[in-house]
Amino acid sequence: MHKLLTGNRAAAWGARLSGVEYIPAFPITPQTEIIETLAAWIEAGEMQGRFVQLESEHSMVTAAGAGAATGVRVFTATSSQGLLYAMEMIYSVAGWRVPFVLVNVSRGLSAPITLEPDHNDVMAARDTGFLQLHCSTCQEVLDSVIMAYRLSEDMRIRLPVIVNLDGFYLSFTREPVAVPEPEQIRRFLPEFDPGEIYFRASMPESQAVAVLGGSTYSYFRYETHLAATNGIAVYDEISREFARETGRAYHVVEEYRCADAEYLFVMLGSFATKAIEAVDRLRDAGKAAGLLRPRLFRPFPVEALRRACAGKKGLAVIDQNLSMGRGGILHTELTSVLYGEPDMPPVAASFIGGLGGRDISLEEMFEIMDVVIQAAEQGRRLEPRLLYTERELRQIKSLQAVARAERHTLGEGK
Amino acid sequence: MTRRHPELPSTHLMGTGTPMCAGCGGLEAIHEIYDILGSNTVFVNAAGCMTLLSVYPFTPFRGSWLYTAMACAPAGAQGIRDALDVLLEKERIQPDEDLQVVVLTGDGSAYGMGLSATSCAIGRNLDFIYVCYDNEGYGNTGQQYSQATPHAARTATSRGVSGFQGYKKDLFSIWAAHRPAYIATVTGADPLDLARKIKKAKGLRGPRLIIALSPCPTGWNYDPSLTVEIGRLAVKTGIWPLKEYMDGKVVHTRMPGRRPAVEEYLRLQGRFDHLFRPERNEKILAEIQAGIDAYWEEVQDRST
Ligand SMILES: Cc1ncc(C[n+]2csc(CCOP(=O)(O)OP(=O)(O)O)c2C)c(N)n1
Ligand code: SF4
Ligand SMILES: [Mg+2]
Repeated sequence: MHKLLTGNRAAAWGARLSGVEYIPAFPITPQTEIIETLAAWIEAGEMQGRFVQLESEHSMVTAAGAGAATGVRVFTATSSQGLLYAMEMIYSVAGWRVPFVLVNVSRGLSAPITLEPDHNDVMAARDTGFLQLHCSTCQEVLDSVIMAYRLSEDMRIRLPVIVNLDGFYLSFTREPVAVPEPEQIRRFLPEFDPGEIYFRASMPESQAVAVLGGSTYSYFRYETHLAATNGIAVYDEISREFARETGRAYHVVEEYRCADAEYLFVMLGSFATKAIEAVDRLRDAGKAAGLLRPRLFRPFPVEALRRACAGKKGLAVIDQNLSMGRGGILHTELTSVLYGEPDMPPVAASFIGGLGGRDISLEEMFEIMDVVIQAAEQGRRLEPRLLYTERELRQIKSLQAVARAERHTLGEGK
Repeated sequence: MTRRHPELPSTHLMGTGTPMCAGCGGLEAIHEIYDILGSNTVFVNAAGCMTLLSVYPFTPFRGSWLYTAMACAPAGAQGIRDALDVLLEKERIQPDEDLQVVVLTGDGSAYGMGLSATSCAIGRNLDFIYVCYDNEGYGNTGQQYSQATPHAARTATSRGVSGFQGYKKDLFSIWAAHRPAYIATVTGADPLDLARKIKKAKGLRGPRLIIALSPCPTGWNYDPSLTVEIGRLAVKTGIWPLKEYMDGKVVHTRMPGRRPAVEEYLRLQGRFDHLFRPERNEKILAEIQAGIDAYWEEVQDRST
C-alpha cells in the first residue's frame, strides 16, 4: 500500500505497525503531529495501545522507561527543548537497559529560540546509551522505527533507540511511502519478549538501584557501552532480514557513488539528499564526487566508515551542528576513527551549515567540493568553515542598522 | 518479649542492615508502612536518603523497587501502572501478579522538585500511593532547607541567628485542592494511627497520599534515642496535626487535649538551639506557638 505521508505520519505509521502498547507523550513543534496522529488512531479504535499525556518530557521519558521496565512495547517522540528537558532521564533509562523507541524530530536549540531544524538536539544525546538512527526520507523514517524495535529489544543490546528525522524538511514534507502489510511486520517483529524485564507480584525485582564505588559503577557503564557496540553486528542481521521482507535495504552507512569516487561529502539526515544531486552534477562536470551518509550514529559504524574512506583524496564533512569552541561533531568523530589508519584521505575538511534550518544550496556544495579538491591537489590543509554568504551577512547588518535607527527614533520621540 | 497491639502486624516485612542513620524517623515510618502494605508493592523512589535502601546487589524489600530521579517518581509510577494495566487487559499477566504502585520520596521532592509531576499524576487520577517521609530538609545532601523546613530551624543553608526565614509549606492543603482519593498525615511515633490510615489507603483506589513526619537525628541535631519522643511531642504539642482527607472533608484523627508548649518539642532539637541559648528568643518562640494555637482554634471552630 502506498501513501503520501509526511515524515511525522511516517513515524506514526512505524509505531502503529510495530504494535506499540504504550505511548507517553508531550507536545512540541515539529514533533506534535506524531502524537496527535497516534492519539487519533487510538481514539478511533484503529489502533490498540494506551496513550497518556504527561506534564513534561522529563516525566514522559520516565514513564516510557518505567513502562518498558514493566514489560510492554513503548513508543514516544520529542524534539529539541523537549529532548534536553528530558536529558537527565535519557541517560537514566538507557542505564536501566530498557528497550523502547523515541523519535526525535530535530530542531535547533535555544538560545536564540527557533522552530527550525539542525542536529544539536540529537547530538546532545550522543553519549547517553541510546542508539541513534538518522533518516533522510519519509520511507526511511517508517522503516527505521520498525527496525529500531528489533535493534532495541535484541537480547544482545537491550537499549533504547532514537530515530532521528529533520524538522520541516522531513517532518512536514509529503513523500510517497510504501506502507508495509501488518503481517509482513509481524513476521519481522514478533511480540515484545521482555525476558528479564518485569515487575510482577510473584517475581520481586529491584531495578535501577544505586551502586557504591567506582568498580560496580564502571561495570554497569562498560556493560552498556559493550551492548551499544553490539549494535553494528545486530543491525547488519536485522537490515538483511528487513530487506528480505520488504525489498528495502538500509546499510549502517549509505554510500552513494562512493566506490569510484575520489572525494566524498559526509553528512547526516535529510540534507544528504541535496548532496546526492550535487554529486550527480559534479560527476557530469567530470569531478569524481560521492556521498557517505552514516545512518547509524550510535554505535558509530567505525569499520564501514574506514572502508568507505580508504583511498579517497579528500572528505568534505558537513555538520548541521556546532560544538561551541570546537566545531562540527561528525567531523570530530569521523577524523578520530580515521587517524592512524593506512591509506586515509589526506584532507578531511569541516564545514558547518544548515543551522536553524538555513539551507545549503547546490552552489555551496559545488564550492565546498572545489576547495576540498584544490586543497588536496596543493597538499594544503583546510581550516573549518562556517557556511554563510556575504549576502546573508549584509542582510543581518542592515536589519541591525534598522533596529538601531528605530530605537534612536523612539528615544527621541519620548 | 514485646507485646504488639492487636491491630498491628506481629512481624516486620522489611529487612534490617540498611545504611540509614541510627534513629532515622523516616526508616521507622517506612518499616511500619511496609508492614501494612505488604510485599505486593513496587516502590518508585526519588533521590534522597531512602535511595540507599537498595544498593546493588541488596534490598531490604520483599517486593519490587525502581529508582527514578529527584523530580519524576510519580511519572515512573504512571509508567508502571499503565504498563501493568496493559498487561492485565491483554491477559499477559494474571490479576494476582498485579502490584500496588507506591511512590517514595522525601520532602525535597514532594514539596518542590517533584510537585509538578505529583500534581499532574493526581490530575490524571493515577491509581497509586505516595509516601513522603518528611524530614524537613534536603537530608541526603546535608540538610539544607527545603519548602518543608519549619520557621526558624537552622539548616546547612540557614545558619544565621534566626535560622530559616521561610515557613513550612502546607502540602496537605495543596494535595487536598486536587481532590484525590485520600490524604493522611502520619508519624512513626504513633504506629496505631499510622496503621489505620495505611490500611484505609490500601483499600481505596486512585491517588492516595501520605506525609510522614520523620524526625531525623542527623539533620535535626539530636540524640538518636529521642526519635520516638520527638515524634510523640510533635503530635502532643500540635505542631504536627494527625489528620486525613477523604470525600472533600478533613478529619483530625488525634485531637490533642491539653497541648504542652511547643518549646517542649523544639528544645530537644539542636536545630532550634539558638531559640534557647545563649538567651531565649521570646519573639520567635511566641510566634511559633501562636501559629499552632491559631491552627487548633480554627479546627475547633470548624468542628463546633
Ligand atoms: C536533579 C537533582 N538535583 C539534585 C540532586 C541532589 N540531591 C540528591 S538527594 C537530595 C535531597 C533530597 O531531599 P528530600 O527529597 O527531602 O530527601 P532526603 O534527602 O531528605 O531524604 C538532593 C538535593 C539530585 N539527585 N538530582
Ligand atoms: S539524614 Fe535523617 S532522614 Fe537521612 S538517613 Fe539520616 S536520619 Fe534518616
Ligand atoms: Mg528531606
